[in-house]
Amino acid sequence: MILNEGDAKKLVLAPAGIGMLQGEICATAAQAAAAVTRLGRCVIKAQVPAGKRGKAGGIKLVSTAAEAEKVAADILAMRIGDYAVQGLLVEQCAAIAKEYYAAVLHAPVERATLILFSAEGGMDIEELAATKPDAIRRFIVRMPGSFSAEDAMSMLAGLDVDIAGISDLLVKLYKRYRQTDAELIEINPLAVLEDGRLLALDCKFILDDAATYRQSELAAAAASEEPTVLEAKGAAQGLKFIELPGNVGILANGAGLTMTTMDVVQHLGGKPANFMEIGGDAYTKGEAALALVLANPHVKSLVVNFCGAFARTDVMAKGVADAWKVLQPDVPVFFSVHGTGEDEAVALIEKEFGVTPFDFMEDAVQAAIAVTK
Amino acid sequence: MSDFPIIRRTDRVLVQGMTGGQGTFWTEKMIECGTSVMGGVNPKRAGSSHLGLPIFGSVAEAVKTERVDVSLMFIPPTLAKDAALDAITAGVRGIVILTEHIPSHDVLEIFAAAAHHGTKIVGPNTAGLVTPGAAFAGIMPGHNSNIFKPGRTGVISRSGSLGTLICLNLTRAGFGQSSFIGIGGDPMIGTTTKDALVALDHDPNTDAVVLVGEIGGGMEEEAARYAATMHKPIVAFIAGRAAPPGKRMGHAGAITAGDAGSYAGKRKALEDAGVIVVDTPRDIATALAHATKRKGAYNTA
Repeated sequence: MILNEGDAKKLVLAPAGIGMLQGEICATAAQAAAAVTRLGRCVIKAQVPAGKRGKAGGIKLVSTAAEAEKVAADILAMRIGDYAVQGLLVEQCAAIAKEYYAAVLHAPVERATLILFSAEGGMDIEELAATKPDAIRRFIVRMPGSFSAEDAMSMLAGLDVDIAGISDLLVKLYKRYRQTDAELIEINPLAVLEDGRLLALDCKFILDDAATYRQSELAAAAASEEPTVLEAKGAAQGLKFIELPGNVGILANGAGLTMTTMDVVQHLGGKPANFMEIGGDAYTKGEAALALVLANPHVKSLVVNFCGAFARTDVMAKGVADAWKVLQPDVPVFFSVHGTGEDEAVALIEKEFGVTPFDFMEDAVQAAIAVTK
Repeated sequence: MSDFPIIRRTDRVLVQGMTGGQGTFWTEKMIECGTSVMGGVNPKRAGSSHLGLPIFGSVAEAVKTERVDVSLMFIPPTLAKDAALDAITAGVRGIVILTEHIPSHDVLEIFAAAAHHGTKIVGPNTAGLVTPGAAFAGIMPGHNSNIFKPGRTGVISRSGSLGTLICLNLTRAGFGQSSFIGIGGDPMIGTTTKDALVALDHDPNTDAVVLVGEIGGGMEEEAARYAATMHKPIVAFIAGRAAPPGKRMGHAGAITAGDAGSYAGKRKALEDAGVIVVDTPRDIATALAHATKRKGAYNTA
């Protein structure tokens, strides 16, 4: 889950005493105008879980309340990246002397935590890594909880920056990363103002989805990922469901097999209508899953591809058969079923659907594509 | 035990969470397959027995009187860290963590402790390990001889269901498996694609490798660098070619961001290393037949 900038600053950075400009989170143009009346000359920033907000026109300087109201209304009506603007952050302006980059994030390859700092901030870290790799300082924390001010100072040694001040900030940032179950906290830019203050001008925060049960305040503040109506229904039922623009519906078990079913549909010239997997603990949810897949009016045929390891194919097939009786869809269905519970599953499909599953999933997919054309 | 993450019949396996529904079901299957399950752990039922095997209060208690080579965890995510640390500090050398959705900061603590104690971990979020005809540890149909058959092809997979399908296809095409190593669908795992590849490269029972990857992360690229040094033929399939960018495809690790973790990048890295990358699961056996004939290294017995 991603937090929008304003929420990340308020809930992640502020409790650690990390400096930031005075600002207010606003939901409407009127609130933004009122904020500018209180704060004076401000920057209005689109709150949206996407990058390149400035380039997209989502960050604007305003001087008066009247100007703020108009600019705020324009920004609130925008879409940036894949998302509609979800709110505004109205922040005071500042005279910036230098821009740095700081981040704490998971390092999957090292199975550890990576601390990053660069005295060249403001641009994308990927861009910086590509153009000036030497400008990035790195530190790997292998023992959770062990990042100290000495570690931070050793990592910054030789840089022409306020080493004590930045070390202090990095240690605070690491502590918050641990406390908040973060996958990433990034401050870009981290600014030195002309008056010498070190402030976070922006903040990106990603919360580990698996830790939301113990981070309820942060989870509640997460940015909307704009699920479709059906995707939201799926998520509420614990189903991993993603709608896609095609017309071949897919129901499979396990992430790998479901992706592969999509891949084979595409490879054989068809267009997948969705990702829907009922593997793992969800294997008993075949009925609910099928209802969602078939609720998409674009679906012209359906591939049911099961290969049971943990998930029992007989249980999944019964879920499909039960749902079929209730929904009575006018869509041809093509099965391929192997693995745990296969004999019972095949017998049930033969009885309820009058068809024998295809031996190879590729053949089931081919047949499903053929009827869409 | 030195072969872990390849599971052997001589490995004495302790099952943490054996008394639960899934623990019971799969422990019975493992025993049926010949796995040397030596006991289970349930703090609330210490001293009792289940499936004719002793139940210990902790892994630490089990190792006081018994040799434990591998611990297999059927433990819910909120309790997984403590269970893993129990096995690690008890000195168990190999741990298979099946649990999905363990908070990643807990996983970091597990890996730090494992590194300190020299423990090898497979998972989290893996379907487990199978050596057909010998033993299995996990939630794979390792007992089903239509799917898993003894042979000389090693299989590495991030996914349990897809890995099962591919082993089934191999078996039907006459390629038995030396060992199946399920590494797990999480972005941060104890045994990476490369680690599993190294194990199969060193395994005298393995003549060729089938590598089943997924979009997301950089594990296939890292494995490709090692693959370039190998003499055993490798055939790969990468799932997620049709996945939309920026969406998590079921597995926490299966997500791309720009070029990072993309299908195209993984395919190119593997092909540059001499690995044959196929378009559909069905093509694997055909490609393997060509590759092994060309390399002349394969013994189908």
